[in-house]
Amino acid sequence: MTESTLSQPEKGIVSLTPDELETPPLSLGQLTWRRFRRHKMAIFGSVFLLLIVIYAFGGMLVFSEAYANRTETGARLQAPSREHPFGTDTIGRDILARTIYGGQISILIGLTAMLVELILGVSIGALAGYFGGKLDSLLMRFTEGVLVIPQIFLLLVMARYFAQSIPNVNFLGRTFSGSVLVIIFVIGITSWPYLARIVRAQFLSVKENDFILAARATGTSTRDIIFRHILPNSTAPIIVSATLSVAAAITLEAYISFLGLGVRPPTATWGNMLEGAYNYVESAWWLWFFPGLLIALIVLSINFLGDGLRDALDPHSRAI
Amino acid sequence: MTRYILRRLLQAIPLLFIISLVLFILMQNMGDPLATMGGRKVTRTEDRIRLARQLGLDKPILVQYVYWLVGNDWAKTDMDGDGVAETSGTRKGVLRGDWGISLVNRQPVTKVVGERLSNTLLLMVTAEAVIIIAALLIGIYSALNQYTAVDNVITAATFIFYSMPVFFFALLAMYIFAVNFKKWGLPYLPTVGMFEPAAGQTPAQVAWHMVLPVATLSFGFIAGYSRYIRSTMLEAMGQDYVRTAKAKGLPRREVVYIHALKNAALPIVTIIALDLPFLLGGAIVTERIFGWPGMGRLFLDHVSRSDTAVVMGILMMIAVAVIVFQILADVTYAWLDPRIRYK
Repeated sequence: MTESTLSQPEKGIVSLTPDELETPPLSLGQLTWRRFRRHKMAIFGSVFLLLIVIYAFGGMLVFSEAYANRTETGARLQAPSREHPFGTDTIGRDILARTIYGGQISILIGLTAMLVELILGVSIGALAGYFGGKLDSLLMRFTEGVLVIPQIFLLLVMARYFAQSIPNVNFLGRTFSGSVLVIIFVIGITSWPYLARIVRAQFLSVKENDFILAARATGTSTRDIIFRHILPNSTAPIIVSATLSVAAAITLEAYISFLGLGVRPPTATWGNMLEGAYNYVESAWWLWFFPGLLIALIVLSINFLGDGLRDALDPHSRAI
Repeated sequence: MTRYILRRLLQAIPLLFIISLVLFILMQNMGDPLATMGGRKVTRTEDRIRLARQLGLDKPILVQYVYWLVGNDWAKTDMDGDGVAETSGTRKGVLRGDWGISLVNRQPVTKVVGERLSNTLLLMVTAEAVIIIAALLIGIYSALNQYTAVDNVITAATFIFYSMPVFFFALLAMYIFAVNFKKWGLPYLPTVGMFEPAAGQTPAQVAWHMVLPVATLSFGFIAGYSRYIRSTMLEAMGQDYVRTAKAKGLPRREVVYIHALKNAALPIVTIIALDLPFLLGGAIVTERIFGWPGMGRLFLDHVSRSDTAVVMGILMMIAVAVIVFQILADVTYAWLDPRIRYK
């Protein structure tokens, strides 16, 4: 209690009622949640994100995937109407149903590409940061090498490299275009350098702490030091970075699909619904507006969420 | 300082070699370059074999890389297919300034890229200028008017623009300023190309056609940088030397623009130089949407036709530019901030 009044002198001396004095100290999770709750934009972002997820996954109950992929050439490029609230695309597919199924794939790509990135970025950053020396400089040169080519160029080259006739995949009774896997993979293997640098910096600072020295002195194995002592103390920046990279992966998928090297039809994603849409800026605005808006909204909500998490997870932030 | 720059340049050389080798290998599996050569299909097997031999595409990949790197005028190749290597090569290799010949239109890569480079640079330099000016204005304004209604609106707007994908902004801007302005009888902005063919490539035409691409390329950066300048400005305004400047009665303008801004704007120099890859990434999408005849579009066209020479030329040029800008960022920062010294 004295400590908190000392460290926040600007607030003056806080008079505490006996009741408050007896409340047990808050756990780290509770503190984080309290700080997060204060962040209005973050709450707004999370709610919006939840709504988009409900839209993409709840919409399955209303429309079947067959309906989303059904072409009806007689009803091409129809403006939004009662029958097709978001209109129809160039071969007469219902855009509302396609944004639902496309959203699932876009979110799936965002999450799994983030996982690939996380595995690569954390392991490379941890190895470089923990062992240092030759391994560190080798891995960091490698990281620099990947960063030198702008990601979108690298993605386009790699998407083409790996896109050579990958068969369709059956998963949970649904068929996905094999290019989904390619896109996840290439986004993952081109996104990790920033994360690796963050993890490396964390490891470099955490490993100098006395508790690591103590762990080493008591004969803890290297694996345990990395996974049970350093990594848990480095989670905050990793969580923030991982959250933001979901948004980045969704945008990147949209970019490469937009440029024509992304996920192949019939699988819909918000990105490939936009492919060639710039030819219809004038004649069919609904073609690009709805998927584009959904991408913008999900990226915005994830960025808000990430921003709130950054503030909430920061142990130095004293705001409760 | 000179030693520092030299060391950085020397470190860059092995990096560039490795990047070029990896990219070269990636390029080899990008589809059949012969299938789209010259816009027509080469169907007869013997023709394909002959073409592949003449272009050196039948060689092992590492040999092809070496030829690309140092040329093949020192080696003899079998051109007529009789198993005897008799013709000496003509290529000089990248290290001697020969970037090879485009498979698509048989032009030297330097010429193909050079024609497009100026267009991309025009777009990027203009965008960069717009970004810096707009971000400084917005950032300083919202820092000096922290938590006012305008600042809050700016904060919300920057968040939205920061998260908005480039293509969505471009399509919206096209729809509003080109399609709807035309419909409403207002002066509308052009959406495709650099100039009207009828009017010719006059500076006025090009400037008019640049409005939407430049706006598309810069909005995200303006949003990001203005947030950054806002926070560094706020930090600087709270410093002791600013209080001193105020206390000794300097005019507010001088305090803000000379004392605070000078220090607040320092890190921006580094960020701008290090963000070059992102600006290039934005340029590729922007050029595609607005039909701007720049390097991004060139890259897309030639990637889809597996034109190794041109794609490698563009990528290596970008890699060199990015590395040079990284070094430049460090050097300028040290030059601007005397507290920083490199060994």
